[in-house]
Amino acid sequence: MTAIDERTLKLDPEEARRVRQERFERIGRWVLPLAIMILAIWLWDRICVWKEIPQYILPRPGVVLQTLYNDAGLLFSSLLVTLRITFLSLALAVIGGVGLSVLFAQSKWVEMSFFPFAIVLQVTPIVAIFPLINIYVNNQTTKLLLCAWIVAFFPILSNTTLGLNSVDRNLRDLFKLNGATRWQQLRYLRLPAAMPYFLGGLKIAGGLSLIGAVVAEFVAGTTGQSSGLASRIIEAGYRLNAPRLFAALLLISLTGILIFLVLSLISHLILRRWHESALKQER
Amino acid sequence: MMREKVAQAPDVTPALLALRGVGKVFSNGVTALSDVDLTIREGDFLSLLGPSGCGKSTALRLIAGLSTPTSGVLDWRGGGSLDRANIGFVFQEPTLLPWASVFDNVWLPLRLKGISRAKAAPAITEMLARVHLTGFEDAVPRELSGGMKMRVSIARAMVTKPRVLLMDEPFAALDEITRFKLNNDLLELWQDERFTVVFVTHSVFESVFLSNRVVVMAARPGRVFDELAIEAAYPRDEVFRTSPDYAALCRQASDVLVNAINSTSGGHHDGH
Repeated sequence: MTAIDERTLKLDPEEARRVRQERFERIGRWVLPLAIMILAIWLWDRICVWKEIPQYILPRPGVVLQTLYNDAGLLFSSLLVTLRITFLSLALAVIGGVGLSVLFAQSKWVEMSFFPFAIVLQVTPIVAIFPLINIYVNNQTTKLLLCAWIVAFFPILSNTTLGLNSVDRNLRDLFKLNGATRWQQLRYLRLPAAMPYFLGGLKIAGGLSLIGAVVAEFVAGTTGQSSGLASRIIEAGYRLNAPRLFAALLLISLTGILIFLVLSLISHLILRRWHESALKQER
Repeated sequence: MMREKVAQAPDVTPALLALRGVGKVFSNGVTALSDVDLTIREGDFLSLLGPSGCGKSTALRLIAGLSTPTSGVLDWRGGGSLDRANIGFVFQEPTLLPWASVFDNVWLPLRLKGISRAKAAPAITEMLARVHLTGFEDAVPRELSGGMKMRVSIARAMVTKPRVLLMDEPFAALDEITRFKLNNDLLELWQDERFTVVFVTHSVFESVFLSNRVVVMAARPGRVFDELAIEAAYPRDEVFRTSPDYAALCRQASDVLVNAINSTSGGHHDGH
């Protein structure tokens, strides 16, 4: 949409209403959620004061921020540990998910034979598998990575597989007519066609790998060996240090939001010229 | 029903492809084509005209080698099959790579043959000029109109300089004004290069305007019903489109098409 200059353009009431509506939506998209958020935080603060809730049960928002600042060294070094697991497992999920889906795309037989295994891995709760991993794997990092990977790789696998299989039939014929090899068909047709699907899966997997990393730390961290954010939360819970608990939680959600935004931006940059999902609405 | 091809003057131009007793039965039991005899000559602009279900697209796919006949043979120049590089195919939809620019879309057939972008550039630029798309090299398909997308599709089919151009209702989805324009441009291209065209359509007007031979097909089972020679001289342009000759030829073709359609609904007619 190009900006419309209503002053130079004579608009009938219907069009003028539409322009007003669009302007309102543009502003409202940012202002409304922000206002609600601020209101909620203010209410939270008031309730703490009005009800005289002790800090170890529900700290005031200001105290949480203060804690985040005071404990920054401890919390951020823990965040780095968690982030390392998150990104490593996301990278492995991309490699594993795309690799497996390309393998599946080579033959219907391979896909039919092995896809059920992926589903089994996906539907079994990771917390339930962890004790097994704990027995079989010694290295702490490997344990966590494996956990986060199992949670994160499925959306990439299933989306990319779908994408590789949804190539336009005529385009496939065109490649055949031009004597394209299997590799050429994959490289120039199926992989690019699967890109929007893959990126959709990646956005989901980004959040899941963070969740996977934190959950894995939780299960593993009870022994006190882990130093990620989850162990800070457990520790703070034991000590009734609610402000730090809240600060750690805040940090995790902010990280999750940031990961989502970055992946959305990457997706938008890649697809903006050709894919419907990245196009602005046109009338 | 007699075939007029019997009454034609003896062929001077050599046959490029002969379909002899070609039939196609799909695995679901549908007979898409039955006993088709058809000779395509070098330089022909041949239209396959018929109602839906008459097997005209199936015939085109057989010629392209995208499908194999259940019975009969396709005889390329009296033996052997034509190299695929010698066939260009234009689908009903533009069928472009949505992520690639106009230039890269036209590059595709050459790219698949291992020709680098730089080496292919002169051919691509020339072909884009031929279809009046100079200046749109960097546009992506979604930025183009339906007619322009079809031009890209034609450029892509022609960039390998094929001897045969197969077109499967390429202009069916376009508005009339755009269709007329593309008809003219296609004829111009054909007259310059003199490749052979097999053009599938369900439009009487389009087939008569473009071709020197109109092969009318009938459905259930798909078969060749009759053939008309369109002897109007080329170049054909907007003057021809409004001429009484054109109107008369269209009426003639239309009558044959009506007979072909009736032959399906009223009892079995095998066309022999």
